[in-house]
Amino acid sequence: MEIINNLYLGFSVALSPYTLMLAVIGCFIGTIVGALPGLGPSNGVAILIPITFTMGLDATASLVLLTAVYYGAMYGGRISSILLNIPGDEPAMMTTLDGYPMAKNGRAGDALVISGVASFVGALLATLALAIVAPSLARVAYLFGPAEYFALYLLAFCTLGGVASKNQAKAAFASCVGLGIAMIGVDHTTGMTRYTGGNLHLMDGIDFLVAIVGLFAVSEVFFFIESHGKDSSLGVKLGKVTIPWKDIFHTRWTMLRSSIVGFLAGVLPGAGASLGSFLTYMMEKSIAGKREEFGTGVAKGVAAPEAGNNAAAGGALVPMLTLGVPGSGTTAVLLAVLMTLNITPGPTLFADRPDVVWGLIASLIIANFVLLFMNVPMIKVFVRILQVPPAILLPGVTMVSFVGIYSLTGSYFDLLLMTVFGIVGYVFRKLDIPTVPVILGILLGANMENNLRRAMVLSDGDWTYLFSSGIAITLWVAAIAGFLAPFFVRNFLKKPSRPSDAQ
Amino acid sequence: MKLSDRLFGLIATIGALAYGAGALGIQTSFMSDPVGSKTFPLMIATVAFLCGIVMMLKPDDEPEWPVARSIGALIICAAVLVGYAYALKPGGFLVPTALASGILSFQISGKPKLAVITGVSLSVGLFVVFKFVLGLSLFGLPRWLMG
Repeated sequence: MEIINNLYLGFSVALSPYTLMLAVIGCFIGTIVGALPGLGPSNGVAILIPITFTMGLDATASLVLLTAVYYGAMYGGRISSILLNIPGDEPAMMTTLDGYPMAKNGRAGDALVISGVASFVGALLATLALAIVAPSLARVAYLFGPAEYFALYLLAFCTLGGVASKNQAKAAFASCVGLGIAMIGVDHTTGMTRYTGGNLHLMDGIDFLVAIVGLFAVSEVFFFIESHGKDSSLGVKLGKVTIPWKDIFHTRWTMLRSSIVGFLAGVLPGAGASLGSFLTYMMEKSIAGKREEFGTGVAKGVAAPEAGNNAAAGGALVPMLTLGVPGSGTTAVLLAVLMTLNITPGPTLFADRPDVVWGLIASLIIANFVLLFMNVPMIKVFVRILQVPPAILLPGVTMVSFVGIYSLTGSYFDLLLMTVFGIVGYVFRKLDIPTVPVILGILLGANMENNLRRAMVLSDGDWTYLFSSGIAITLWVAAIAGFLAPFFVRNFLKKPSRPSDAQ
Repeated sequence: MKLSDRLFGLIATIGALAYGAGALGIQTSFMSDPVGSKTFPLMIATVAFLCGIVMMLKPDDEPEWPVARSIGALIICAAVLVGYAYALKPGGFLVPTALASGILSFQISGKPKLAVITGVSLSVGLFVVFKFVLGLSLFGLPRWLMG
């Protein structure tokens, strides 16, 4: 049993008191970040990256801490969905549909516990599936040459722009912005600079961390300033929290089904957790039919999207670890973590650094148990944190972001760039242009170009080489299908709107 | 009219053209490969150009732009952040952070008292956490004061 050995190795890395402590801290911070309206897993992890590095943690320790934050934020997202009717992050959007009505019916505590357990089931099953699937996918990944990698990156951009967005032109444009930014700096093949305008600060290119923190965290601050911290008061009271055993037992199949669907949605490059929670909610709604009234506060409507999005969070780690292609905004951020740690994700990671991979998987399993404990008995602590006024919280987040980047790079120029990215992020989000493709473009741009160039060197400039293998052709077809699919299924994929307070 | 998207599409189109023109001006060297350093940027520029055209022709509904007062607040905040970027090194951590977070806080809540308290306590609190708990190298006061 290879997997048992691997997990044993993982737990021997992850069960040291120090890493355990980091996992607990990460889960705690993550849940808070996820619970705060507007701050999601991407922001949370993004803000913490620079600080983690300046603290000088080693690769495994930083990974444990940051993935614990990631999972924690996925759990935490549901808290503000249920209590405030504001999704803490995009994937938690579907949880508002039944979570908020349930809270209004005086069952806020039940909704929180059911969704907490569903999150646990989804995340745990997905982590186990990750441990089983990832090594075999890593073996397939050895067959990938430059042409296949180029097609794979294209697939990630296409599904991100197609299935996961409302307007393909805007998503594709966002990818181009990211890729374009990635071109800035020295071209490593020729040694010549590109797009630096003679500015020395740009010689090394633009640090993706600066872009991530700017686009995700700083732009969020601008959003809050625009709304003047409105609509973040607790609309419902949370009474005594008890465990609704009956509901949990009643939703067991829902949780199982949703975990599987969510995991599969997460594995698709570029699709991610939002798609996972959306698909699972719709699936459960159609299975239940008219008998159970989804949207009025039923337990299944809370359990399905939470199991789905947490399973997708685990699933999204599969393409990220085995192929280096992230499936969502947050995994893009985690890819940034790995790249800053000088760890190249991909099939060789499983062979060369088993301690990192299996330590990560083991710590995810540990994080899940910690999170279940934090999110059920200790739920009241996090609810109290929701009441911190944004006028204190947001300046705090901004300062942490700035100091993090500053202590990492020590350059005022990067702080300026970060502000610019913040403004760009604000304008883009106003215009409904997704910012995740920008990040993905910056992260993958150099690799994508290098693989294209390597492929052309191998084939001596023959472009048909890009379509010369079965894997490459499949990826190209999938990419085109993923980009065009929304034209045909857009009406079906229309997202239901949030429950209004007026009901 | 759906002006926002049309305008942005126009900017995107012009930007893509400029980016493409920039790509043509990239210096090449004797060490080159079949693709060269211009092709990929040109591909990006082409896709971005097409996207810009589509945005102009098929704009989405107009987003809800903030009212003038909010725009003012946003500009102030952006200016504060730019100022903070320049002030952090020469001014030390404490004073610029207190000022910047105080102003941001005031822009969100509009309560001066809360803003002052937020500014001072965030500045001191974060300094203690960063410097003594996390061990980041920060200077609390301007270096010329510290001697």
